[in-house]
Amino acid sequence: MMAKVYVTPKRGVLDPQGKAVANALHALGFAEVDDVRIGKYVEIRLGGSLDDASARVRDMCEKLLANQVIEDFRFEIGDGGAKPR
Amino acid sequence: MKWGVLVFPGSNDDQDALWALGEILGQDTVPLWHKEADLKGVDAVVVPGGFSYGDYLRCGAMARFSPVMASVGRFASDGGIVLGICNGFQILCEAGLLPGALVRNRSLTFVCQRVRVRVENDATALTQGCRKGEILEIPIKHGEGCYFADHETLREIESRSQVLFRYVDATGQTTPEANPNGALDSIAGVMNARGNVFGMMPHPEHAVDPAVGGCDGQKLFRSLIDFLERGVRPPRLATADGRV
Repeated sequence: MMAKVYVTPKRGVLDPQGKAVANALHALGFAEVDDVRIGKYVEIRLGGSLDDASARVRDMCEKLLANQVIEDFRFEIGDGGAKPR
Repeated sequence: MKWGVLVFPGSNDDQDALWALGEILGQDTVPLWHKEADLKGVDAVVVPGGFSYGDYLRCGAMARFSPVMASVGRFASDGGIVLGICNGFQILCEAGLLPGALVRNRSLTFVCQRVRVRVENDATALTQGCRKGEILEIPIKHGEGCYFADHETLREIESRSQVLFRYVDATGQTTPEANPNGALDSIAGVMNARGNVFGMMPHPEHAVDPAVGGCDGQKLFRSLIDFLERGVRPPRLATADGRV
């Protein structure tokens, strides 16, 4: 199965990359852009039971994939095919 | 005193730290490879600068799971002196040995320059050889040195005088221009509540020889050496009024 993990900067944490990209989008004429926040997307292919996967992936996020001082995370677990569960 | 300097794949200031402590300050030194859990009986540990594990995922995120860091964690909880410089500061924050985190510089650019930092607390093992308010000139070189902590953590470390250094201008004032990376409240270095684990973005090991730009870094190493020679270990916890 496949876990798709999204790690994003917490509100209140400076995201200069996001600011720079927002400025670039404005320069390209996308005036409707209010804010851009840039994070990370991690795909994890894993075995084991689907029942355990959620707790295991949460543990992975808390221990390594996200630094909760500065980042939030969320994830989806699917069968690894085109359609996440 | 015997100093251990950690060496991770991608560390690049380990040799300078060994040279500063060994050749300039006359200390016994030993490099400690990241895969070894044995700290070889050192009196203090330096976690040096560089790009441990290629800065993959986040700066310092991988290094903290190395065998040597488990030993450093136990050493610190036993009151041992640990100094993290630049990437070492990032590693100690990732390991939860220091409060807060270091994020991308506000400018998005790598900065490499001499900066001035003001000593905020001179009652610590690292800064006892300085005066409160004294300005030190020490180089920085980093892309992710912008200190961040949430409001509650910030209030806590301020109330316990855990902020060691702030970036300032020539007159000793914190200004946006004098803040090279956008660090929260111009914070350049902090310590833990117990006062035995220190982290700073500036590189004192690059400021120990007048031939290459000043000796202000020596003051910090000499403070630690003096502290270690007196053989006093920091108390297990900060006292009720927050002093360490």
